[in-house]
Amino acid sequence: MHSDRASLKLKIAAAAGLLFLHLPIALIFVYAFTTEEKSFQWPPPGYTLKWFAATWNRPDVWEAMALSLKVAAISTLLAMILGTLCAAAVSRTKFFGRESISLLVILPIALPGVVTGIALRSAFSIAEVPFSTWTIVLGHATFCVVIVYNNAVARFRRTSGSLIEASMDLGANLFQTLRHVILPNIATALVVGGMLAFALSFDEVIVTTFTAGQQQTLPIWMLEELVRPRERPVTNVVAMVVVLVTLLPILGAYYLTRGTEAVAGQGK
Amino acid sequence: MADTHPSAQAGPSEGLLTRVSDTLWRRPTLLLLILLTPPALWLGIIYLGSLFALLLQSFFSIDHFTGLINHEITLATYAELFTPANFDIIRRTVGMATIVTLASAVIAFPIAYYAARYAKGAWRAIFYLGIMMPLWSSYLVKVYAWKLILAKEGILTWIFEWLHLTWLLDAYLALPVIGGNSLSVSPTGTFLVFVYVWLPYMVLPIQAALERVPGSMLEASGDLGATPAQTFRHVLLPLALPGVIAGSIFTFSLTLGDYIIPQIIGTSRLFIGQAVYQHQGIAGNIPLAAAFAVVPIVIMGVYLWIAKRMGAFDAL
Repeated sequence: MHSDRASLKLKIAAAAGLLFLHLPIALIFVYAFTTEEKSFQWPPPGYTLKWFAATWNRPDVWEAMALSLKVAAISTLLAMILGTLCAAAVSRTKFFGRESISLLVILPIALPGVVTGIALRSAFSIAEVPFSTWTIVLGHATFCVVIVYNNAVARFRRTSGSLIEASMDLGANLFQTLRHVILPNIATALVVGGMLAFALSFDEVIVTTFTAGQQQTLPIWMLEELVRPRERPVTNVVAMVVVLVTLLPILGAYYLTRGTEAVAGQGK
Repeated sequence: MADTHPSAQAGPSEGLLTRVSDTLWRRPTLLLLILLTPPALWLGIIYLGSLFALLLQSFFSIDHFTGLINHEITLATYAELFTPANFDIIRRTVGMATIVTLASAVIAFPIAYYAARYAKGAWRAIFYLGIMMPLWSSYLVKVYAWKLILAKEGILTWIFEWLHLTWLLDAYLALPVIGGNSLSVSPTGTFLVFVYVWLPYMVLPIQAALERVPGSMLEASGDLGATPAQTFRHVLLPLALPGVIAGSIFTFSLTLGDYIIPQIIGTSRLFIGQAVYQHQGIAGNIPLAAAFAVVPIVIMGVYLWIAKRMGAFDAL
């Protein structure tokens, strides 16, 4: 313990832990190329690219993908507006009920998804709201707010209040200050929050099963395939594509928050 | 500050904006109200309203002959939770959440410790991404990957064959309680997938807690004659405990509420999440589903209260 080098045991345990986290995902990439159709046979009997073409020609996959992208885009936009407003209010001033507001924002992600899901569903049934794309968006935006909020609040805290006062003292009005001082300061935090919210929404399945009705987002499509497999090779390819699509925002978020105190991924 | 604001110098086209701006600057409460109203309305009405609707439903009951919901306030639905079959579901879920949490803590600790204390430069980035990428990878894809791994014809069986240890796997699967026909339909399978999927949630808070432990403190412990095991037991672990508890909040809560993993990998015995899903769906027994959903809320409420008293939130 009193040297600056890790003991061999610790190195092995840490490396084994990281491998445990990554090997299963790597396996997805191998299975996307397998020639085996009926089972999950290992090692794959052969490799082929034909399932990529087969997946490309599946309209249901495209529809699910389009719905997922649409829902994620709208939810992210709503979450960015609501989360930023909330973060601005909470970090700038102290007021009665401030703690309750932070709790309220965190609650949708702190409680199990099945609770949020069935709560929304019973509310829809009581209010007689028919299921649509908008009911999915309603659920997603609710739990995405916290992601944007967390990133924005951390940045607001580091942005000095005197900067805003200086801007006002120098003759800028509130809107000019917002445009030229506040926004440039919080921009990367907002982009990072937005990207993570997008990734979260794109991937969400538990709440969505309660709020989607008959529509299929990509995760719902995958869930159907997992429960009642129809064409396994197509599922393999979709799984690989989903991994790649969700990784892009994460790498982007990492790139943007590099060197600052790490905020990416907090509070998922 | 607002008094020195030279609003008179603004151009005529900006007159209105400037006046609005001045008003907001002088009356911060108004500004606060404008900032806070949209998110408070959204979360207050949509989310809290829904939670309230859920709570209300759990006090209704279902008429078992007609299948209609009786809108009188009663505790009968909650009493149903304590019938042997339903209570078994709760016990099974809480038991699974407990062992998943313990296993995650054990596996996460070395990763977090190495990342916090030894990873420097490029290794630091590798560890950071190495934990972040699995955390943010698609949940369903991760579950699917384990279906591939645990399948009877899958890679794990192949590895056991290759090591000539098939007998060991068979003996393990023949065990009562934890075994099954194959790993993908055994409680062990469910356990493995839960640990895998929630592990990053445990690593991050432990790492955050360990990063605050100065290396000199561990050296001091060694200099004063403690063996590495003693240092771990009496210095490192107590300091890391708030992080472990913070991580356990995630792993415990997420396991309690999950219904997809046990549905895809595991036996046909239900977990709380599955019970909620089935009662509201096929059975149409929304009051019982609601009552089941209140169980994790109550358990997590108690858990958070204890965690708060042990100082876990300082590590988040």
